[in-house]
Formats: sequence, structure tokens, C-alpha cells
Amino acid sequence: MSIDLKTIKHISKLSRISVDEKRAEKLAGDLNSIFDFIEKLNELKTDNVEPLTSVAETTLKLRPDEVKSKNIRGQIIKNSPQDNEDYFVVPKVIE
Amino acid sequence: MSDITKQSLTELVENIKNKKLSSTDVTKAFIERSEKSKELNAYITEDFTSALVKAKKFDQKPNLDLKLPGIPMAVKDLFCTNNVKTTAGSKILNNFVPTYESTVTENIWKEGAILLGKLNCDEFAMGSSNETSFFGNVQNPIDKDLVPGGSSGGSASAVSGQLTPITIGTDTGGSIRQPASFTGIVGLKPTYGSCSRYGIVAFASSLDQAGPMAQNVKDCALLQEVISTYDPKDSTSIDFKRNQYSKELTNNIKGKKIGIPKEYRVDGMPKEIEDLWQKGIQYIKDCGAETIDISLPHTSYALPTYYIVAPAEASSNLARYDGVKYGFRAKGENLIDMYEKTRSEGFGAEVQRRIMIGTYVLSSGYYDAYYLKAQKVRKLIKNDFDEAYKKVDAILTPSTPSSAFKIGEKTNDPVSMYLNDIFTVPVNLAGLPGISIPAGHDSKGYPLGLQIIGKAFDEQNILNIAFAMEEKINFKNKITDWWIK
Repeated sequence: MSIDLKTIKHISKLSRISVDEKRAEKLAGDLNSIFDFIEKLNELKTDNVEPLTSVAETTLKLRPDEVKSKNIRGQIIKNSPQDNEDYFVVPKVIE
Repeated sequence: MSDITKQSLTELVENIKNKKLSSTDVTKAFIERSEKSKELNAYITEDFTSALVKAKKFDQKPNLDLKLPGIPMAVKDLFCTNNVKTTAGSKILNNFVPTYESTVTENIWKEGAILLGKLNCDEFAMGSSNETSFFGNVQNPIDKDLVPGGSSGGSASAVSGQLTPITIGTDTGGSIRQPASFTGIVGLKPTYGSCSRYGIVAFASSLDQAGPMAQNVKDCALLQEVISTYDPKDSTSIDFKRNQYSKELTNNIKGKKIGIPKEYRVDGMPKEIEDLWQKGIQYIKDCGAETIDISLPHTSYALPTYYIVAPAEASSNLARYDGVKYGFRAKGENLIDMYEKTRSEGFGAEVQRRIMIGTYVLSSGYYDAYYLKAQKVRKLIKNDFDEAYKKVDAILTPSTPSSAFKIGEKTNDPVSMYLNDIFTVPVNLAGLPGISIPAGHDSKGYPLGLQIIGKAFDEQNILNIAFAMEEKINFKNKITDWWIK
């Protein structure tokens, strides 16, 4: 398998990370060597194996539906990158 | 007392309880040594002024019933600390000041410990050498220009260099045990579900665990006792009966059966590592325990599995860094452009690489071939351990395939860097506890570690085995203070 520049562009778009031509070439090289290494898994037949999704063999506990954090709007927006009073501010999205 | 920083946690606790030392004495000593140790670059954020205030406050009304009475300690910068900057070693969180505390650190402060500062680590804990940190690489106290391992490299360097008596790190594929091995200290990765993940910057949620790093096994046991609690705020936290690990610690391991997995004898492994392992087997026998040859047939598939599972989870977890609610934001022409530039400028090369691997293996058309396949192989790896534990109580392996390497030696070849975690990764995939203890030196005088892997929730057993072996090994770390002018 080979990851070409077109695939890199596609993954870059999906992961919302802009990548220029030079970096794309470097990434293609890196990813190809990593995937060569990963391909080893194909040596194994796994048709009848159940996938392991979590090692924590536990069922989720129920808890009372109570509000525990109140009036923390100030805390939530404290770290927002652009100064504002009550909202998160983003670049204009509606023309 | 000029030798305060040489004391173990157990000694410091005893001296504070006997009033031979005050919290202020101890805190001052570690601050002074940390100030003289800037060349190690172990800290990202220092919190010394407020540590001294807290120490003085403790001394005015000391509560000597606590487990960590007035003990200063620095922690990996992956734990959210209320009102103290938390960066995860990344530019994207360079200005992030949490408004809440991680459960693990909360547990530590409740037992009387005092925060010294936040320790350097690989960016989002992705790395094996601490070279991916936005805040620069960390030096290993063992030798100049040597990596301390990673991702908890700052933590390992700070304990080994005596900048903090103990610390906590996190371990997703070896990030506590590998740096512990590289710096001649003890590091424990607990069973998945033992320590709460609440408030720890997430990397790969099905693998991440917090754990103690210390100069000796007893200190490690005490810290584990403090940090391991059931926490409803983490849905994967497990409610099981936890031991009083330090109180129940014993060197009596007579009759225990220790498995020696033949698959851990890998191609190209230096003879020194094989010799160390054989020495370890001898120590086990000297302690009255028995060794049994076992097989973990899918061992060589663990790393390829890990490099699908961990990046997949990371790509989902790191989707939250979009420049909107917190963290770094780049200027963009529109919303999408802002996202893409923020993530491109905010994440370093290794993190971007892993997000892209993860995005690819989860993307339409590839999910079954990669992600589902990896989850199935993960099951086979766990089955190997389940099978082995029908015959043995624990497993002994080397911690790493080599001693610490030079800064820059492996940065251009991601796969050679990943191979560092070959002995530690299977433990995370199976959710088991593993401890690395220093067990000898190579020809260059660099420390080498041995790993003891336990059954799930059997931390007490591997701590006991480590404790018994530690006595026989009688390891002395060769620290020359080369960085102190």
C-alpha cells in the first residue's frame, strides 16, 4: 500500500490541519513507513475474533440526574481566545 | 540539612512527622535545587512562591496524620491543576489555565502534598524521548545530551535529579516505565481503571493511566495508595477493593510463580539487556520464587496494533483543539481557515502525524481494514496474558530494548523511535499493571530497568516482587550533578 499526496491532502482536510506541499511530501514518506510497519497485522487471521473495545469490563453505573456545577459560565469562558462577555467569538460564518 | 533532597519520600515523611524537618525546610531545599537545575529543562511551569506560602501555612498547623504531610512535589504537565497553567507540552495549550483540578492531583493535595510546579513532557504525551515538547527537550541527569525517555521525561529527570522527591506521570504505551528505566528510578503503570483519568489531558482514552514515579519501590507504593481511588467522574474508573499498598508491602515472595516470555527475546537486542534479564531471573530465584518459561505468541503484533488504536483515539480526542473555546487561535480568513491554521500552527510535527494516522484508519473505507483489525488483534494479545496467568502470578521482562539514547539520535525515523516501547505497549493494550525497577548499568554506565507485569488489580503483588528484588539488586544511581555549576 502506498499513501500518495492526494491521500495526504484528503486526510489533511478531514483532520482540519492545513499542510503545504513540502510538508505533505514529508508526511507521505513518514506515513508510508509507519503503514509498512502496521501491515504486519495482515499476517493474522482474525475472522472469528471478537474486537476488544475496552479492557475495563464494567457496566456503566447510573447516578441521580442532579446538577452539580452551577453558575460556572465565567469559568467556562475564562480561557476563550478572544475577549468577550458572554459568548465565544468566532470569525463570521454567515454572509 | 544540605542532604534533604537525597532523602526518599518515606524518610522525608518520617522526618516531618518526628518534627526533625519542617515542610518549609523540605520545600526550600527542593526549590533551591530546582533553581540550580534549570539546564535539565525539567519544568515547564514553576510554582515556587506559592509552594513556600503553602509550606509555611502547613507548618503553622501541621496535620501529621496525613500520608504526604507537607511534602513538596512537581507533577507532569498533563494533569489539570486549578489556576496553574497546564500545557500538555503543546503550543496549543500554552495559555491554558484550568478552572478545575484532576482527581489524581486532588487526591495528592488532600493528603498534604504541595505543588512545586509542572514538569515537561512530550507534546500530548506522544513521544519516547521528550523531544516533541514545545518547551524543548529535557536532559537526563545520568549524562549530558542523553534523552530522559518519554513521554514523562521531565518527571523522570526531576526524580532522578532530586528536584522533587516523587512525581506522577501518565503511561499510554510506556511513558512512565521507559523514562523510569532510562533515568534509574522506579515507575508504576497501574491497572486500567485504577487511577481516575478525570482532568488528565486525554491522549488515547482506552490506554491512558496515571501512575507514580519514585526513587524506590516503597515510595512508589505509598504514592499509588494515595492516587488510586474510585471516581464517578471517570466512567472507566473501576470500583474495586484497593490495598494499603505501602502498609501491606512485603519482601516475602516465596513460592510465587514468575513467567519468562520467550517472545521478549527480540532480534537485535543488545547482549547487555539479555544479561540483565538473566540476572533478574536469578534474583527472583534468590528470593525463593520460581520462574516458568511461558509464551505470549502475539507480542510482535502489539506495536502495530498500538499504532492504530492510539492514533485513532488521539485523533478523536484532539478534535477539541479548534481555537474556539480555549487554547491557541491562529488568524484565519473564515471559520474553516481558522481551524486549519490553528491546528497546523498549534500542534507539533509528531502530534500532526499521529492525528493524520488516526484520521486515516478511521476514515470511510479503511475502518475495517485497520481499526477493527487492530481491535481484534488487541483481543488476541489480551488472551495471551489471560492464558499465561493461569500458570503464573506475574511476568518478568526487560523494560526497554536498550539504555537511554542521545538527543537527536532517533528524531528522523518515527518507526525506530516507536520500537522503544516494544516491551511496554502490550501491557497497556491488555490493561494490566506493570512496574519498572532499576536493575543494573550497561557498559556506558547508563541505567537499565526490569519490568514486572501483573494480573489486573494485582498491584500489591508486583510491588511486593519489585520490593524483594530491589533489596537483592541494591541499585545505586550514578548521578554526578554535572548540570550544577
